[in-house]
Amino acid sequence: MTTDASTIDAVQLEESEHPDTVANHAFGFWIYLMTDLVLFASIFATFSVLSRSYAGGPTGKELFNLPYTLGETMFLLFSSAACGMAVLAIYRGKKYGVLAWLGVTFLLGFGFISMEVNEFYHMILDGNGPQRSGFLSAFFTLVGTHGTHVTFGLIWMAVMVFQIIFKGLTTPVQSRLMRLSMFWHFLDIVWIGVFTIVYLMGSIS
Amino acid sequence: MNPAHIDSSGAGRGSFKSYAIGFVFSIILTVVPFALVMSGRLSGAAVLFGIFAAAVVQILVHLHYFLHLDASSAMRWNVMALLLTLLIMTLFVWGTLWIMGYLNYRLT
Repeated sequence: MTTDASTIDAVQLEESEHPDTVANHAFGFWIYLMTDLVLFASIFATFSVLSRSYAGGPTGKELFNLPYTLGETMFLLFSSAACGMAVLAIYRGKKYGVLAWLGVTFLLGFGFISMEVNEFYHMILDGNGPQRSGFLSAFFTLVGTHGTHVTFGLIWMAVMVFQIIFKGLTTPVQSRLMRLSMFWHFLDIVWIGVFTIVYLMGSIS
Repeated sequence: MNPAHIDSSGAGRGSFKSYAIGFVFSIILTVVPFALVMSGRLSGAAVLFGIFAAAVVQILVHLHYFLHLDASSAMRWNVMALLLTLLIMTLFVWGTLWIMGYLNYRLT
């Protein structure tokens, strides 16, 4: 690796980050995820209260297509597994392995969000938007909040791809990737709650 | 350039085996509840119990095999923070359902 004096300084400055700092950042991020969990809990509670307030509009059973939701779920689950493979590539210090698995994670996550946007689009087109009933307001709020998180995760992932290309797997970049993987697995966990409480429970009654 | 290995405490550390086990269990625990609801064979209460049991187990599988939570000292504070959050979540959800359910009962 050939670098001029100024970049050496920048690299050394970045890499001087102490291992404890990496662990502290990861723990701090975990605390953020816990607060996010409280946000989701309040939206889940709201949804549970409004889940039968159809106001003469369609019920979940009429709206949901379970094989479609299962497909969405599989996209997110495979994406989570691909993210795990990216983390293993980080441990081995394989830059291109990390990039490849991060690319797979991104595409699968993008598949998930595309399916969700398509579902929303057709519901709104059919006149079943969030203004239709209390149930649909709560539905769009809960599923939309999760989808927004996934979208920001994808933006973060795209930024990390450029950081890996231009900075390499430096300690701060590895540290950010670890936090991104925590965020991604966390969103998959929230989705388990969403498909169980919104889609499966909504299709039973 | 040899990238320095980062200390993973605070984030947990997985192996291929742990991700593979977690992945296979997650697939099963996703397909089973969907199949339970889609087949429509069991009664409502039994299906409800089945899908909730599958969800709880799958969440535990994700926490352990993907987020590497365990009883080790490195993970102690992560687990503590999660337990406190679970308490807050329970108060939120149970409290909301209790109050709103009672209001609904009184007003109708």
